Amino acid sequence: MNLAQIIQYCLSGITVGSIYAIVAIGFNIIYNTTGIINFAQGEFLIVGAMMAVSLTKVVPLPVAIGLAVVITTVLGGLVEVVFIRRVRDASVLRLIVITIGVSILIREAMLHIWDEKVRSLPYFTGTDVSTISVMGAHMSPQVLWVLGVSAVIVTGLTLFFRFTLIGRAMRACADDRMAARLCGINDRWMVTLSFMLSAGIGAIAGCVISPVTQTQYDMGAPLAIKGFTVAILGGLGNSIAAIAAGLILGLLEVLMMSQFQAAYKEAVSIVVLLLILVFRPSGLFARRDVSSLRAF
Amino acid sequence: MDETFLETKKLHRFFGGLHAVNDVSFAVKRDTITALIGPNGAGKTTLFNLIAGTIPPHRGEVHFGGRPITGWKPHAIASRGIARTFQTTKLFLQMTVLENVMVGRHPRTRSGFVAGMLNLPWTWRERGEIEAKAMGILEDLGLSQYAGETAANLPFGRQRVVEFARALATEPTLLLLDEPAAGLNIYETQELSELILRIRDRGVTCLVVEHDMSLVMNISDDVVVLDQGQKIAEGPPRTIQRHPEVIRIYLGENHVEDPQP
Amino acid sequence: MGGRRYIPLIAAALLIVAGQPVLWAIGRPYYMTQITMSAYYALVVIGLCLLMGYAGQVSLGHAGFFAVGGYTSAVLTTCNLLARQNEFPIRWFRWLGLLVERQDLYGQAMLCFSPWAAFVVAMLLAGLIGFSIGLPVIRLKGHYLAMATLGFGLIIYRIVQGAPVFGQADGISNVPPFELFAGLEVNGRPPYRVQNYYIAWVAVLAAMLLAINLVQSRVGRALRSIHQNEEAAHSLGVNTFQYKLSTFVLSAVFAAVGGALLTHYNGSIGPSEVTVMKSVRYVSIVAVGGMANLWGALVMGIVLNFLSLRGVFGTYDDAVFGVILIVIMLFAPQGLLRMPTLRGISTLFSRRSYG
Repeated sequence: MNLAQIIQYCLSGITVGSIYAIVAIGFNIIYNTTGIINFAQGEFLIVGAMMAVSLTKVVPLPVAIGLAVVITTVLGGLVEVVFIRRVRDASVLRLIVITIGVSILIREAMLHIWDEKVRSLPYFTGTDVSTISVMGAHMSPQVLWVLGVSAVIVTGLTLFFRFTLIGRAMRACADDRMAARLCGINDRWMVTLSFMLSAGIGAIAGCVISPVTQTQYDMGAPLAIKGFTVAILGGLGNSIAAIAAGLILGLLEVLMMSQFQAAYKEAVSIVVLLLILVFRPSGLFARRDVSSLRAF
Repeated sequence: MDETFLETKKLHRFFGGLHAVNDVSFAVKRDTITALIGPNGAGKTTLFNLIAGTIPPHRGEVHFGGRPITGWKPHAIASRGIARTFQTTKLFLQMTVLENVMVGRHPRTRSGFVAGMLNLPWTWRERGEIEAKAMGILEDLGLSQYAGETAANLPFGRQRVVEFARALATEPTLLLLDEPAAGLNIYETQELSELILRIRDRGVTCLVVEHDMSLVMNISDDVVVLDQGQKIAEGPPRTIQRHPEVIRIYLGENHVEDPQP
Repeated sequence: MGGRRYIPLIAAALLIVAGQPVLWAIGRPYYMTQITMSAYYALVVIGLCLLMGYAGQVSLGHAGFFAVGGYTSAVLTTCNLLARQNEFPIRWFRWLGLLVERQDLYGQAMLCFSPWAAFVVAMLLAGLIGFSIGLPVIRLKGHYLAMATLGFGLIIYRIVQGAPVFGQADGISNVPPFELFAGLEVNGRPPYRVQNYYIAWVAVLAAMLLAINLVQSRVGRALRSIHQNEEAAHSLGVNTFQYKLSTFVLSAVFAAVGGALLTHYNGSIGPSEVTVMKSVRYVSIVAVGGMANLWGALVMGIVLNFLSLRGVFGTYDDAVFGVILIVIMLFAPQGLLRMPTLRGISTLFSRRSYG
């Protein structure tokens, strides 16, 4: 393989990897605030993209995306209020099953609203054949959009959590919910906010990747698994590590694809997941102490 | 014959930067009641959990009956004859009192998946024994009228005794009691003291973590005192009562009179 | 010992025997076929009930184990080894009696594995895979097993959809009937309908027998104790990890048996049996039947699958199960039969609230 091909593959890997990282960050935000793994995380990406696709028929692209993101964000909040909040004695088993049910509902709703056709948003800039040259490698400008948007999301979240009052309130909840309540923080709304935030960034990611990977109603579950794998790889709850982990998984997938058949691409993330769980369940970037993972 | 029954050697355990258990070594003799005391945060429960196998030590060893059990998992430790109770009762709330105690027979019985699924005849006898032994313990502790009652329905004090019964069902030679008197009134505590003494006289060594000083002073043969993760004193109750370090950590500097042993 | 536990089993057997001529009489023999199919799906549900209700673990990939059973049986009984009959391992299999000669659709001679051999392989394979997945994952928190099994199900789906040996999108057909013994065979064709109704139900009742025995045994008590308070169970000598793993493997084998038998019954299997939705369906059924309620799971399994097969839910088939899942989890987490109003009815079937 020459340099151009290598760069092409790398870019491809980084592109898809940054989307996985966003999904993982979505997992982490909710996990940190509530301890729940939200199985419906992947669906938010698809819902956002599908909605944007429909909206582009009536409004210009940027507006469509903006609206879709807002609606999906609200949807995330609704999910929390309607389903999660009610559950008082939150046994892990029950919550898992509820979020699974929610992901089914969303998927089936999408099937009935948008049917099983494959759709996609138009390329943000240019067309599906326009390319940019980087050191001999050709790539679509959409790749730059993906990387750029991902970077903006990550920066935005970092600033949000570190410097805004609400962001710090959410971190307080994540650390010690009871103590946060005693400080006057409305922890119930922090939970709702975490769902909304995860849904929102999911929708953005879904929209920006749609021209490249297309969007279909059942793509949510595989995305959720890969996002989860990345989250574990980086250490559950650790969003900065999730970025690195996402890039690693993306590159690994592309590597597998280049050497073997594309059909085995899916297997990569599962194998990685199982390997990590066997050898280093706390993630690549965490300390050795895994005792917090063991309690049920 | 080795009198040392349970022994910890230079145990250390960290939680992040906190040195929860710092170089703790002590021994428990057979057929005695040993109390583990110390102010809050002294590391008693952590030490307890290290012995019971709930968490592994970072350094040091635990020996039982002369053999090392360091880092063993709780179920293996239970099989060796060490049982424990918990600070907050951990009964199987949706099972009956009798069933709770029957689970306690687990380490002394054998039938597994295959025998269970096929309901082999030899398991019938074993089940009869389990039920009989469990019932026997309940009668012994005055709980037989609750046998068919769902555990969650019992008053708190009775629940604690059920947990006792369940631990005794494992036929332990060492019983670890984590603050057994917590939440009990004077009469219940008195009953508890008598119960622990009876158990010891039946040949079960007891290691008790406790705050209730009257209980400790009345029934213990030996007392081990921890403060900030370290052992600061060990000896019979009367000696500990007068130990200046012990007085200091509980009552403060002003109460230490003359430094007499 | 404990003969009382078998009363519901005998009652169910009587009901089944009585039901058959009724179905015959009302002139709807096709109902019998659909009940037979539902019965095989119920095998998966029974195993999953043990896993979820007693060991307290969620598996989102049980359709994958179903597929392992079904596809293994299908592949081994339809792959023609005639061309290689003199090669080393083939000759040996033949000598061991593992192979049978039969004819394909066009009358050409074929040499394939016997259904019994394939069945045993299917069960072992499912057990092995279950062990491999469970071993690293079960000691961690519940979500990890849920995600790992979700991934497992997806992998199996991709594999059977993509690999030519599994027939890709069309699956595998012309799977021969499974000759059990004494002339009984698992065969979906009309002349065998009544016979197969009974065969399926015998399989289900046998599975229930094993499950009920397990639940009432020392192991069952230990499993319940793990589910209710794992730390306490552990301190009482229960090897929680081993028990959870064993239950997982057992449930995988149950699912594979269901898959293998249904494949022989239908004569075929396809990727549609392996979707995520199928796995979720099994979970919903166990949840609505009452997590730790074997009879509840069985009844719900038969009823819901029967309705689904009859097309009552239309295009909302999958959505129905999703809704059921949520509604039950929010409002009746102990299952429908344990809600106060229905509790009286269910206590007719069980002395205590387990199984």
